[in-house]
Amino acid sequence: MKKNSLNSLSLFLLQMIAICVIVASCKKDHQRPPERVDVYEQDDQMGRPAINTVFISAPDKDKFNTTVPTDMPAVFGAEMKAKLLALNPGYTTNLLGLTADQFIGVLSTDVLNVSKTGVTTFYDGKNVLTGRALSDDVIDVELTLLFGGPDGSANPGLTSDHVNGNDAAFIASFPYLARPH
Amino acid sequence: MRKKHLLFTAIAIAVMSGSILWAADHIDAPAVTNTPSDITDLYVFQGQDKNNLVFVANTQGLLSPTATSGAHFDPNTLIEFKIDNNGDNIEDLVIQAIYKNGKMHVYGPYKPLITGTKSVIDPSEFSAETSVTKYGEAEKIEGNKKGIKVFAGPRDDPFFFDLTQFKHIIAGEASSFNNPGTDAFAGTNVLSVVVEVPKNLLGGKDKLNVWLTTRKKTEITNYKN
Repeated sequence: MKKNSLNSLSLFLLQMIAICVIVASCKKDHQRPPERVDVYEQDDQMGRPAINTVFISAPDKDKFNTTVPTDMPAVFGAEMKAKLLALNPGYTTNLLGLTADQFIGVLSTDVLNVSKTGVTTFYDGKNVLTGRALSDDVIDVELTLLFGGPDGSANPGLTSDHVNGNDAAFIASFPYLARPH
Repeated sequence: MRKKHLLFTAIAIAVMSGSILWAADHIDAPAVTNTPSDITDLYVFQGQDKNNLVFVANTQGLLSPTATSGAHFDPNTLIEFKIDNNGDNIEDLVIQAIYKNGKMHVYGPYKPLITGTKSVIDPSEFSAETSVTKYGEAEKIEGNKKGIKVFAGPRDDPFFFDLTQFKHIIAGEASSFNNPGTDAFAGTNVLSVVVEVPKNLLGGKDKLNVWLTTRKKTEITNYKN
């Protein structure tokens, strides 16, 4: 019963949106309104690199991809903390000074923080989580935060994969990514 | 006999896909693996022109050079950047990219008509389009009067990671990484959409939260006057 009324509400909302879209396009084009509006439903998502792949267990991976960021901490926070402590049973805090709860508190809302002023990097030794550049060694950053302990020096064999850059050179100008192999 | 062969293939696929589960977002979940919806990576960084931000959506990863010319964008898959500009992790703006007839069409950045896991495209928010660059062609870059630039086509996968050694560590077969490591993504390609946007189109605040989504056309709302 509840589900049915939710479904009718969602249908109603979609119809309202369809009307809005049609009105908007009419105003602009002075053309005959379209008779249908396509709705796109979410399949995959990511904010920061490797969150779903590392912290979410296999049966929940599709669900993670269709959960809005504001719902993620409540739905996946406990699971992600358990995974963190399974990967590193000796976890205390990390280079950012975050306890397991604080670290998961940051990671469990899977969005990429981006600064509109100045350097954009995942971590460059000075700036933290101000974007993600093509050359950022995000895996070493994440390994260090997972395994490196309070000063980054714990588990030295696990805090870098020693692949420090891409195999192809990036381009200084648009579109920045290297040509395909 | 045939049944046995199929079973073997199924196991081989399961083993292969399981074997690469640690990546950026490459084949991260069963419903999207090997579909046009599979995101491999999101990048957001300041452009060569410091007044701009660059949004990169990479999809359909681990393409070998021989597989790359056959890979294509899907007209039923919407690639949508979500942008929160007031700190509540709910999108205030979207940039939408959808493939149609050889071109990538870009809408926004604009305030979406609906937030969350369903989207519609407001045709009045069309901002730029570019011909998709084919494998082996020089880059086709097109833009608009607002200063938005768009590229779509195959690129080198910029992600790098010694995935193979990591798997050995997780499996208990090794206790540390090698030095130097081996990049498991070297020599592979992705399908990229790159959109460069003047920062002044992204709202007044200094901080953004961005996430990338892919969406499949699933419903058609019929509406008659």
